[in-house]
Amino acid sequence: MDQVANYLFQIGFSFSIFILISLGLAVIFGMMRVINLAQGEFLMLGAYFCTLCTNAGINLWLSFILSALAVGVFGVIVERLVIQWLYGRIIDTLLATWGLSLLLVGGVTTIFGPQTESVAAPLGNVQVGAFGFPVYGLVMMAIAVALLVAVYAFWRFTRYGLIVRGTMQNPTISAALGVNRSLVYMLTFAFGSALTGLAGAVLAPIVGAYPTLGIVYIAKAFITVITGGHLPLIGTVSASGLFSTIDGIVATVSSSVIGEMTVLFVAIILLRLLPLGITGRMTRGV
Amino acid sequence: MVHGILAMQHPSERPKWWWWVFVAGLAAFFITMPFHLEIFVILEMSRFFGMAMLALSMGFLWGFSGILSFGQTAFFGLGGYGFTVLALNTGETTGSVFFAVALGAAGAGILGYFMIYGRISEIYLSVITLVFTLILEKGIRATSGDQYVIGKVRLNGQNGIPTVPQLDVPWNTSVQLDINWFFWVGAVVMILVYIGLRLLLTTPFGRVLVGIRENERRTELLGYDTRRYKLGAFMLAGGVAGLGGAFYAISIPLAHPEMFSLGRAADVIMWVLVGGKGTLIGPIAGVFAIEHFKGWLGTQGVGQVTLVLGAVLILFVLVFQRGLVPSIGSLPGLWQDRAAIGRRLGEAAAQARRPVRRRGQARRGSGA
Repeated sequence: MDQVANYLFQIGFSFSIFILISLGLAVIFGMMRVINLAQGEFLMLGAYFCTLCTNAGINLWLSFILSALAVGVFGVIVERLVIQWLYGRIIDTLLATWGLSLLLVGGVTTIFGPQTESVAAPLGNVQVGAFGFPVYGLVMMAIAVALLVAVYAFWRFTRYGLIVRGTMQNPTISAALGVNRSLVYMLTFAFGSALTGLAGAVLAPIVGAYPTLGIVYIAKAFITVITGGHLPLIGTVSASGLFSTIDGIVATVSSSVIGEMTVLFVAIILLRLLPLGITGRMTRGV
Repeated sequence: MVHGILAMQHPSERPKWWWWVFVAGLAAFFITMPFHLEIFVILEMSRFFGMAMLALSMGFLWGFSGILSFGQTAFFGLGGYGFTVLALNTGETTGSVFFAVALGAAGAGILGYFMIYGRISEIYLSVITLVFTLILEKGIRATSGDQYVIGKVRLNGQNGIPTVPQLDVPWNTSVQLDINWFFWVGAVVMILVYIGLRLLLTTPFGRVLVGIRENERRTELLGYDTRRYKLGAFMLAGGVAGLGGAFYAISIPLAHPEMFSLGRAADVIMWVLVGGKGTLIGPIAGVFAIEHFKGWLGTQGVGQVTLVLGAVLILFVLVFQRGLVPSIGSLPGLWQDRAAIGRRLGEAAAQARRPVRRRGQARRGSGA
């Protein structure tokens, strides 16, 4: 019983991390087809902003929201300065965002130094039999699920969501129907950035904030979105579910590095079997 | 001529005599270097040959087959570690260099099979190769414990393997090369790789690769199994990167997880992009230019080198998309083009002045 609870917790915790780090990427890469290699650095900025806010005495939960807003604004700046010139030039986007990623890592190291800034993890532990689980881990799972539901509802049931999905599907037709294409792209990029910033802030209490934080997660995030396929949300959820189960079990049995490597090899083999990703054959959905 | 050497507009043509003169000049330039340069400059420069082979593998793959692999560093690192582990176990280095090449090619073959035969799109391929090298780095970094031993060699995780042996003479393994000889061997191997790749482009295999870069669908419709050609190119580039890894590990001398890292992978892109893709000499020039620039930046106290590099990369993507070498190389071509455009305009004007021909009238000189 205790062992089962332990496995369930590991899988759920791993799932929440997969969802948090790849949801923003699912919007930016999955929907907008912008390969943003600086995605990990957006995560890192979110974590730094959260540590700054809590050090300034702001409540942790409020800091999460402030970090999301701050990284969202940063996303607008990046989109206007760099990304907007590069839509449709995929390889160039990739190179430019890579440059941005190096720039951000270098800049943050210059300002804050290479050491880890930490935020105290709140809420203590809960005891189940022989195992103690951090309550904050459970809160992370709740946040991940809540974000998923919110994003799904937003895309699926609001007018803005409809306009965005239509614009991503066919920008020319949307523009002909009177949609301000450039504005929609900018806001969607900002939305994806804000989700990523929020994820970084939520991760800050468990991993802290340090300049190379993004590099740890970027690989996981990209394989999740790629394996998901062309439906960003359903794909991301199903790929996260699959990978977190594998990662949770293997990491508990051996080590977290082995878990991550297993996930990569499963992803590569999966791409041979399903080159279009898990949702490759689905036609409807978000 | 300058145009041809630098930009190589027709890579499938057999190189002309002046190209051989250029290569011989390049070789002579490197070979005379140890006679008039300080020993620390030679040590510094020997690092560049391994990097240049890595850059060549990337330049070949990206510039001529259109495959953008961000993870060439994976095969570079595999080559470095493969060489070090085998050479330390057997005490023999020549065979170990070949093993490094084979390991790079084999790694590329396995990864490439899944990606290329799965027909994933080019952008996914770029990301997957990047993820591959990052995961390998993480794996190697986690091998610091005593249980991670291959033969007699501890992998040492974060710290890398510092006891990489120097190359020895193939027919007398007790004699090791000294600094100058290693420099010469590195230079010659790099130039041989360059010549080899350049000549490969003139063969049917190379022409099919360029065809795939231009239009994969059309090449396939002409009856070529493009997947086989792409996998071949990918494995070849993996082998070249492995060779570069072995030389790089010997030159520092250290086999380190850094060889797989994101920073190193970014360097490769930068070398090829700044030197110019679509050429083979460009990536080599890119290595020497950028690595010198980085060394110089380090002495200028500007703080974070990556900050400047990131800015340079963004600038190059937004402004100089073709890289330095093709931009310089196309200057004479630009004049020729302008002259040609001028001539054509003149002819068109002359034609417009000609009297309009009526229907049925005999056509004279219709080839104008």
